[in-house]
Amino acid sequence: MAEPFRPFSSRLVPLLADNVDTDQIIPARFLKVTDKAGLGEGLFADWRYDADGRARPGFVLNRPEMAGRQVLLAGDNFGAGSSREHAPWALRAFGFRAVLATSFADIFRANALKNELLPVELPAEVHAALAAAVEADPDAEVAVDLDAETLTLPDGRVVAFEVDTFARRMLLEGTDELGYLLAHGDAVAAYEAAHPARVDTLAPAWKAAPPGGRG
Amino acid sequence: MPAPRTLLAKVWDHHVVAEPPGLPTVLYVDLHLVHEVTSPQAFSGLAARGLRVRRPDLTLATADHSVPTHDRSLPIADDLARAQVRQLERNCAEHGVPLHGMGSPHQGIVHVIGPELGLTQPGMTVVCGDSHTATHGAFGALAFGIGTSEVEQVLATQTLLQRRPRTFEVRVEGRLGQGVTAKDVILALLARIGVGGGTGHVFEYTGPAIRALSMEQRMTICNMSIEGGARAGMVAPDDTTFEYVAGRPYAPRGPGWERAVAGWRTLPGDDGAAYDRSVTLDAGELEPMVTYGTNPGMGMPISGRVPDPDRTADPATRQALAKALAYMDLRPGEPLLGQPVDVVFIGSCTNSRISDLRQAAALLRGRQVDPRVRVLVVPGSNDVKRQAEAEGLAEVFRAAGAEWREAGCSMCIAMNGDQLAPGQYAVSTSNRNFEGRQGTGGRTFLASPLTAAASALAGRIADARPLVERAGAVV
Repeated sequence: MAEPFRPFSSRLVPLLADNVDTDQIIPARFLKVTDKAGLGEGLFADWRYDADGRARPGFVLNRPEMAGRQVLLAGDNFGAGSSREHAPWALRAFGFRAVLATSFADIFRANALKNELLPVELPAEVHAALAAAVEADPDAEVAVDLDAETLTLPDGRVVAFEVDTFARRMLLEGTDELGYLLAHGDAVAAYEAAHPARVDTLAPAWKAAPPGGRG
Repeated sequence: MPAPRTLLAKVWDHHVVAEPPGLPTVLYVDLHLVHEVTSPQAFSGLAARGLRVRRPDLTLATADHSVPTHDRSLPIADDLARAQVRQLERNCAEHGVPLHGMGSPHQGIVHVIGPELGLTQPGMTVVCGDSHTATHGAFGALAFGIGTSEVEQVLATQTLLQRRPRTFEVRVEGRLGQGVTAKDVILALLARIGVGGGTGHVFEYTGPAIRALSMEQRMTICNMSIEGGARAGMVAPDDTTFEYVAGRPYAPRGPGWERAVAGWRTLPGDDGAAYDRSVTLDAGELEPMVTYGTNPGMGMPISGRVPDPDRTADPATRQALAKALAYMDLRPGEPLLGQPVDVVFIGSCTNSRISDLRQAAALLRGRQVDPRVRVLVVPGSNDVKRQAEAEGLAEVFRAAGAEWREAGCSMCIAMNGDQLAPGQYAVSTSNRNFEGRQGTGGRTFLASPLTAAASALAGRIADARPLVERAGAVV
C-alpha cells in the first residue's frame, strides 16, 4: 500500500523539450525485466550515457546539483508513445514525485497517477513563467500541494491545477484502484449475467476449422 | 426520440458496469490480450494479493515483443528475454490463461492474431498492455492500450476505471491514387495534426476513402491512432468487416452469426450524432508519405524536401525540428528521394499482414534488392507466415535477397536483437521513428510496404509508383 501523497517542496529539473516519448524516458531494452527493481538506471539512458556508457556531461540529469530533486519541469505532450508503465516506475525510482508540463499523453498520465507520480498540467503562461524563473535561478523551488491542488511558484504566486477527482482521492488516501474495483464485484457479476461473453478464448474452435489461409 | 449517438457512445454505453456520479465509469472488458513485456508485474501483483484471473476465457496471451525471429528450434539466447517468456508461460499455466507461445502455430504479434483468429469483433471492448491496441478499432471495437497496473485490474476484475473520451472525426474524402496506401493516409493525418493532436479523444475514421479500404488497411490506420495522441481509433463496421470476420475460428457461427451481424449493423453512429472535433483529408491529394524526423508527426510527401527550422515560427517547434534533423543527420531543404539507406524493415503490427507482404512481394518479384541493403521481412504471425509461404511470397523475398524471418515485433521495438547499428538509416513499415527506437543511434524513415520495397531495390528512398504502375493490378 502506498503512502498518502503529502505536500512537498523541491527544486526542479528542467527538461523542456516537447513530445518526450516513453522510449526516451526508458528505452525498450530495459523492459526485459519481470519486476520493477533497478529501472532508475534506465531513465533517459540514451540521453544520459553515450554508446560506451559514459555519462554525457551536458545532459541535465547528469549535473550533480540535480540529485535529489523531485520535480521534473517538462515540455508539452510529455510521455507520448508506448504504454509502458516502466516510464513512471523509472521516474519514481530516480526520485521524481511530480512532473509539470503543459500537457501529458493520456496513457502516461493514467500510469503516473497509479504510481504516486503527480502529473501537473499548467497553463502555457504559468509554464513559461516557471521556465524563466528556473533559468534565472536554477535553484528555485516550487511547492506542490495535491490536497489544495495548488502549485506555489518561486515568486510566491500560488496557481491552481486540477487532477482527476478520483485519482486525487486515491493518492491522498494512499490507496489504489484495484481495491475499489474489487468492491464492485456484485455489479460485475450482474453485468456478466445480463451480457453473455462475446468470445471464449478457451474454446478450441480452431481444431474444427484451422485459421489462416485467407487474406 | 433518444439523442443520436456516435459509434463510440454506443460501444461505451453497452459496457458500463457502474457509473457513480462524478467518479470514473467502471467499464467491462470483452477481450484482454496479454504479452510477455507488460504483464509479469501484473501477475506478481495478483499473487501478492492472493487473487486469481477472473475470466481466463476472455483473456489470450502470446509472446511477441522479445522473441527471436531466427531459428525457433534454439532456446532464446538473451537471458532476460528467455526469463520473461518463461515467466509468461508459468503465469498463464497457473491461471489457466490460453497462450500462443513460441511453439504455437498461431503465435504472432498480439494485434495481428486477435483479428485473424476472429477474436476481435465489432462492438467489443478490447484492451492490452500495448499502445497499438488501437488496431482492433478497425472492427468498430473500442480498443485501447493500458499500463501494467491496469493489466492487473483487468486480470482481477475484467473491468477498468475510465472517463468517457471525447470524439474526433477524421474524414477522408475521395479516392487514393495508385501506389498510395493506408499507411500514407495515417502518416498524412499525423503530419497535419501532430503527435499530440488527438490527446483526450478517440478518432473515428469516416468517409468514402475509408469505406473503400480492406480490413487490413483499416487496421493499419487505426493502429497508429496513438501516434496522434488518441488512445483509440475506430471505423464503423460494414459488410467489409463482416466478410472478414465470417468463418474465423472464434467468430460466431450458425444462427449466432446472423444475430451477431444484426446487432453489429446497429453500431454505426446515428445521423446527426456530433463529434467534439473533426478534420478532413482528401485522399486524392495524397502522395506516398515518408517521415524525416524523430516522431511520427514529422512526415512529408515523398517528393518533398526536409523542412527548415529557420522557417518555423513557433520556437518550441523550431527547436524540436532542429534537434530531430541533427539526430537524423539531415539538412533543411534536401529531398529524401535518393537518400541512401542501410536497412529495410517490412513488418510490425502496422504492416505485417498478408496484404502488406503481397504488396511488397509484387515489387520484389523477379528483382534483386540493392546488395548494400539488409532487408528483413518479418510476418506478423505464424498464420501469416504459412500463408505467405503457401502463396510463394517467401520464395520471392528470399530470391530477391531479403531475409524471411519468424513472426514477432522484431525491429519495430528492437528488443529481440533485430536492431539497427548506431548511425544506420532504415526505411521501416513500423509505427515509431523515435530516437533509438530501432536500436540505439539508429535512424528511421517510416513509410508504407510499397515504399519500403521500392527503397530496398534502389538502396535509397524511392517512390514506388512507377514500379506499381508496371506491376499493374497485383498491387
